[in-house]
Amino acid sequence: MNSNQQLSSKHLLGIKDITVDDIHLILETAKQFKEVINRPQKKVPTLRDVTIANIFFENSTRTRISFELAQKRLSADTINFAASNSSVKKGETLLDTVNNILAMKVDMIVIRHSSVGVPHFLSKKVSANIINAGDGTHEHPTQALLDCFSIQQKLGQIEGKRICIFGDILHSRVALSNIFALKKLGAEVRVCGPSTLIPKHIESLGVQISHNVRESLNWCDVANVLRIQMERQQISYFPSLREYALYFGINKEMLDSLNKEIVIMHPGPINRGVEITSDVADSQHSIILDQVENGVAIRMAVLYLLASRTN
Amino acid sequence: MQKRLIISSTLLNLTIERLCRQVIENHDGFSDSIIIGLQPKGVFLAERISKKLQELLGKSIPTGQLDISFNRDDFRRREIPVKSYITNIPFQIEGKKVILVDDVLYTGRSVRSALEALVSLGRPSKIEFLTLVDRKHSRHVPIEADYIGQKVNTLPTQKVLVELKEQGFENDNIWLITKDE
Repeated sequence: MNSNQQLSSKHLLGIKDITVDDIHLILETAKQFKEVINRPQKKVPTLRDVTIANIFFENSTRTRISFELAQKRLSADTINFAASNSSVKKGETLLDTVNNILAMKVDMIVIRHSSVGVPHFLSKKVSANIINAGDGTHEHPTQALLDCFSIQQKLGQIEGKRICIFGDILHSRVALSNIFALKKLGAEVRVCGPSTLIPKHIESLGVQISHNVRESLNWCDVANVLRIQMERQQISYFPSLREYALYFGINKEMLDSLNKEIVIMHPGPINRGVEITSDVADSQHSIILDQVENGVAIRMAVLYLLASRTN
Repeated sequence: MQKRLIISSTLLNLTIERLCRQVIENHDGFSDSIIIGLQPKGVFLAERISKKLQELLGKSIPTGQLDISFNRDDFRRREIPVKSYITNIPFQIEGKKVILVDDVLYTGRSVRSALEALVSLGRPSKIEFLTLVDRKHSRHVPIEADYIGQKVNTLPTQKVLVELKEQGFENDNIWLITKDE
């Protein structure tokens, strides 16, 4: 029993690197934190002697605020660092930047970077706990954990459920982390989108591939709809946003014709009218805002479990 | 290893009944009183006490569960982190007389954490503490119990082991364990 009370790693670099027991422990601990953040006084003193640096080399609203709120709810001291107004502009290397921050006695680092593998690189070079808040098109582990937590809260369990990820799979770290997590937890996973936005060999991860939105909606219990990432597309993967919306967008009429319960998720930010219409995003099927709430609980659980490891 | 029985199943039932009668003396009519058990084993005892009080008083007393993992003062100082449990107090504690319940009072640190966790949920008018076993002369903080099942003299090397039916044991037994040198 004791082995299940501690994560197997001192970092959270990606879902691929953690065990099924780790995922269950994080989801279980998040339940307790969800109760905490719904109290009249939403704060516990647990991380009162822990200092955390949020280092964001890439824009973020939701994830950064969610991490910061999770840290504040746990009474940690936090510093926020955005690369756009820092010495990175003056030519400082990544490792120098991080070592300078750590020299000020920082215990944990939450990092987002546009290059794949940056959190893994840092974990080998520095002694602080590293949490990956998104590395390029690779992984976004806390998003996958909060998605799993949201499915678990809504449907009771994940094992045996059918989850389809719609949209831009090629550029999506959310998709990859979700696939790893859902497969580890025993779900059936499918990806659905235009063939240009589905990476080659993705079936080797044990997922099904489809290009038919209506048929996939019929198949799945949960539709996790991803954003079209305009900022990562140097070339055109589809003719126009209008055409994408026409062939791959999800609208209310489609959901009404299903004749079954379905859960709609979206990691945000939503391009309303592109991947999903407004009436779908705001419908009773949607748990998009629950995902945001659960995000804080999941990040509190991750911070708590990583900090509780005696190094 | 030596194992000495300090409270048997029969004695436990008698002790719980006695503790309930003591609590009743101090809580006139139980109009504003609530019971809160500390996770994990205090919760089982709180439920037993709540059930006994219902038998004796003919009315049910609100009973909640409090987890203190996030308020502990030994976070990052333990080899193995403590397991966290759910806190479930589905009623207001503001202005209420709270009876905190736990199985063993040893250093007093758990109770200190519980007091911190409790006041973050509201301001009770009074907080009392009930424990089944009081390990005397071993406090790290100035905390004492209001209701005590049994006082025992123990050494720091000894351990009090509480086995309750709710945990899957056949009988309720509370042991004092002495490890061999």
